[in-house]
Order: sequence, then C-alpha cells, then structure tokens
Amino acid sequence: MNLILLFVAVICALATVSSSHRARKLFVEFENEQKRMRDLEVEWSQLQLEQSTWANHARVEKIAREKLGMHPPVAGRVVSVEGR
Amino acid sequence: MRVKFAHSPVLSQALPPWRARLLLGALLLAFAALAGRSLYLQGINNSFLQKKGESRYERTIEISATRGRILDRNGDVLAVSTPVKSVWAIPEDAQLTPAQARQLAQLLDMDVRELMRKLTSEKDFVFLKRQIAPEQADRIAALELPGINLQREYRRYYPVADVTAHVLGFTGVEDVGQEGVELALNSQLAGQAGSRRVIKDRRGQIVEDVESIKAPVEGRDVTLALDGKIQYLAYTHLKQAVTEHRAKAGGIVVLDAKTGEILALANLPTYNPNNRVKLVGAQLRNRAFTDTFEPGSTMKPFTAALALEKGKYRFDSQIQTAPGKLTIGTATISDAHVHGMLTVAQVIQKSSNVGISKIALTFPPEEMWQMFDSLGFGHPLKLGFPGEVGGRLRPSKLWRPIEQATMSYGHGISVTLIQMARAYLAFARDGDIVPLSLAKLEGLPPAGQNVFSAQTAHEVRVMLEMAVQPGGTAPRAQIAGYRTAGKTGTAYKVEAGAYAQKYVSSFVGFAPASDPRLIIAVMIDEPLGKDHFGGDVAAPVFAQVMAGSLRSLGVAPDAPLKPLQVVAAQ
Repeated sequence: MNLILLFVAVICALATVSSSHRARKLFVEFENEQKRMRDLEVEWSQLQLEQSTWANHARVEKIAREKLGMHPPVAGRVVSVEGR
Repeated sequence: MRVKFAHSPVLSQALPPWRARLLLGALLLAFAALAGRSLYLQGINNSFLQKKGESRYERTIEISATRGRILDRNGDVLAVSTPVKSVWAIPEDAQLTPAQARQLAQLLDMDVRELMRKLTSEKDFVFLKRQIAPEQADRIAALELPGINLQREYRRYYPVADVTAHVLGFTGVEDVGQEGVELALNSQLAGQAGSRRVIKDRRGQIVEDVESIKAPVEGRDVTLALDGKIQYLAYTHLKQAVTEHRAKAGGIVVLDAKTGEILALANLPTYNPNNRVKLVGAQLRNRAFTDTFEPGSTMKPFTAALALEKGKYRFDSQIQTAPGKLTIGTATISDAHVHGMLTVAQVIQKSSNVGISKIALTFPPEEMWQMFDSLGFGHPLKLGFPGEVGGRLRPSKLWRPIEQATMSYGHGISVTLIQMARAYLAFARDGDIVPLSLAKLEGLPPAGQNVFSAQTAHEVRVMLEMAVQPGGTAPRAQIAGYRTAGKTGTAYKVEAGAYAQKYVSSFVGFAPASDPRLIIAVMIDEPLGKDHFGGDVAAPVFAQVMAGSLRSLGVAPDAPLKPLQVVAAQ
C-alpha cells in the first residue's frame, strides 16, 4: 500500500515539474507573440503615416494638375444625376 | 615486530572520561548554533534574503502606452505617434577609427568635426542626434560601434503639417498637449504608461509574470469633425488671398450648417508643427478663436432680422437713406454711396450704414443686447482651445444712441471669426443655433436654441442672396451651379483708441441658398493692395472654397449650370 502511494507521489511530482516547464515555455511564446504584436502596431502606425504623407492633398493636386493635366470641371460641363 | 592497532601502546593509556563528553558537548553546541542561525534566516528574518534573491531574477519593466491618433471625419490620419530612435554615446567608450567616425557622421547627416567634438567631450553621456528615422537607426545599429547606443522615444507626426497646424496644435517633449486639439482633448488622447514585475531567466527572457503593478492605458483615438479635403481647400485659397493682397493675417472657418460641426479652420500666418525651430508668437495664434475684431457690415443682417422679428418692419418697408449721412449727437454716420429710398432688403444688399442705423435706433437697447447675447457674442465658445475669448459686448445700460447705431453695422462690438460663423447658423438654419462641435458627431446633432423665427430666417436668406447678386456688394461670391448668400464686411481697425486707415475685410455666407449646407466665414487682416473691400478680398475666397467643398461633399446643385456672368464690383 505504501509502495503504491510512494509511486503516485513520484508521478505527481514529475507531472508538476513537466507542467511548470510547459507553462514557462508557453509563456515565453506568448511574450514573443506580444512583442510581435507591438512591433506590428508600430509598423502599422508608420505605414499610416507614410500613407497619409503620400495621399497628402497638396501632393495629389500637384500630380493631378501637372503630371496628368487635370483641372476642375468648368461650369456647364457638370451633369448631376438624380439619386433614387 | 608488527604491533596490531588494538594493542597499540598509545591506546592503552586511559584518557580522562570528561574529554569525550566535552567534545560531544562542543559539537552539540555548534550544531545548535547552526540550527538557530538557519531558523533565524529561514523563519524569522527572511524578508531581506528573499529580496536579495528576487533582485537577481525579478525585474520591473515599464510598459509604454502610445498617445491616441487624431483622425479626420473620413478616417484619415492627422496626427500619429510613432517610435523613433535617438543616438547617444558614452564618450569614454566610444573610441572610433577615423573611417568609422566618417561613416557614422555620414549616416547621422552631421559634420565629422562636430561629431568628434561631441565624442571627445568631458561628459559621461551625450546625445549625438535625437529622433532619427528608423532606417537610419537600423544602419547605425548594424555598424556595432563601441559606446554608441540607440534609445527608443516617441515622436508625434503631423502628415499635413501647416494645413492643420492651428486646429491640431502640438505636443511638448513629454508628449503632453500644448496647443489646439492636442491640449483641448489631451485627457482622451494621452496614454498612461504601466509597469509589471516579471521573472527573467539567465538569457534575459521573461519566463513568468509575477504581477501587473499597473496596467497601461492606451490613449484613445479622436475623430474630429474636420474634413481633410475641405481643410486643404480652405487653407490653400486663404493663403493665396493673403499673399495676393499682401495681408498681415487671415482666417477661415467652415461649418456644417446641418450639424454645427467645424469642417475646416485655418489661420495665417501658420507654422509647420513637425519642425518648430524658428517659431514666433504671431504664427502660433489661433486667430479664429483668440483674436477679436470689429466685424463691420457682416453684423447688419442681425439687426435687420430683429426688425422683421419684432414686426416693426417688413421685408419691403421703405427707409430713406438720402443724403447718405446721419448725425447723432456729435458723430456722423455716412454711406460709401448715396442710395436714396431703400427697402430693408436693399439696405442689406447695398450695405447702407445709414439705413441700418435708422432701423437700429427704433429698438430699446435691451432688445438689441438680448439678441446679440443669444447669438453668442460676448462669451467664449468653451470648446477647450487655449486662449479662447468672447469678444466685447458692453451691457446695454451703458449704450449711447450713437453706439447703438454703430453696433448695428459692426463697430463698437468685437467678435471672433468662429463666433461670427456660428451666429450665421441662425440664418442658414431656420432661426436656431446649435452648439459647435470639434469632434465628429454620431447620430443627431443636439437641439438648437431659437433666436429668430423660421419666417425671419427665410427672409434674411433672401436678402443675403440679393447681396451676392449683381447690384449687391459681393457679386464675386457667386459660384456656378449653386445659389449662394452672404454678407461682406469692411471694418476700420481700432488702433490706440482711434480708427486707423487699416482694414479688416471679411465675408460670411452660406450655400446652397435653397437649403444651406455649409457656412464659410473668411477674414483678411490688413489687405495692402488696391482692393480692400470685403467683396473683393474675402468674397472670392468664400466662392472658391464653397465651390470646391460642395463638389467634394456631392451636394446637388440648386441653380442652372451656366457659366457665370460676374459683374465687376463697384
């Protein structure tokens, strides 16, 4: 009887060790993912900044006027369509 | 002969029995001392050692929180915080070869001599360059120079720079709002850094979370009512006008007449919030909020509206304005042109000082004061901008008749541009004024406060539409495809208590006149060219911005789309 209890105790001890090891490993993984999340957030904010710099109205207007030769429609060349 | 151990003569000598006991006793005593000490360390005074141990594997780390972004109503980014690197060095450790120094100086975009001067300084710590671009930082890190280090910092960027400078304001070094929206909505935008305690292993990796001391609070994003496209239009056209007329300053406000949202707001002179090196006070002024001016004739429609409201006059009541002069006490009010008999509507259309003064003098001062007060003049809007002022509206008890007359055409009363734009809501809407909003509104706008009846508002709209038609003061405020309405103002500036030969030209108007959607108020301070009338200086800005904005919002035209026949202003 005692022998069985000893055996169970040993097994429990080993299980504790292995599960705490697993927990740490998972935690490290979790930390890495969180770091990745933060890095991606930073990258996203930089991309947003880049996008808004490229899409700057002044730049869009300049390119439309100079490169593409566009201009605002003159009166009389606008057709308005009634919405449903 | 071999002697056996047991028979060694040394052993055969009898030892005194107390020696063994003494030794045993001494050993037991030592044991007891050890046990006592360990009991003391383990059980009684264990906190010190525990702390020592923890300090070897536990770390408290800071969790930074980012400041919220500022977005325009379409979700475009107007301000965003992004991490940047700063390069710093410990001069003692930074022993660079000349080739390395040259390479580093090139990457930092610095002079080699200046770099060497910094690196040979006596200090323990020097910043070589703060807030550099990430790619630059990566390349410097790749050099792996001794004693050269990188530090992460947050920096706020404003992609459209000078266009939105006054609305957004900027943040200081500590990432705290200093001006504009950054200050007004700082409590929402600001994040709060948190910290937590963790266990690290020998490789420096975090293996366990002990506790979260303080959870970080990320700054919230703020969506403004501002429309990036309209803001750009307003800014560029204002800039054009200020340059063309060599004016000292200028301001423009665009309001949504349906909701009271501020769609655009720009002032000149301005600055680039991303690079605030050579900044002077004049550039920082958010004139639309902080500078009051005597508005001039843009004030007239209010007195006309009061006249209609009280039933004293009708739209077509006749008023004699000849001979173009009106003397009250010692002062004389005069018109730029002599008009003769005019209807109330024509008084507004032709902008007759004499006509409006005659109307004004038929009211008790309290009634006029009451109206100005309910239009919001004399008290600040309280939108949270620094330095907001309310303008000057003296109590009606102190009014003399001449003051009451001059106030009807906008002298002796001072307002800010944003107040003026807001007051015109009463005409653009059906007589009520809604609170202005800097942030984008979700759902229905708050209920307005009635100032005039819908009938009065409608009649004033007709008068204001006449003012921009041929025969009015601002034919240049017309745009193709839409009916516009508005009023010019050309006011003398008060300097040292007297009126100087300097002007403030303004125009406040709305469109489409059949169902007003936008209100635009333009103010040009001290135009120096040959034109100084509001109809020539400010009205064209109104027309250009209005045309572009209505097209961008997709508002249906309410006038035939014919090329305009603009009659030159008198």
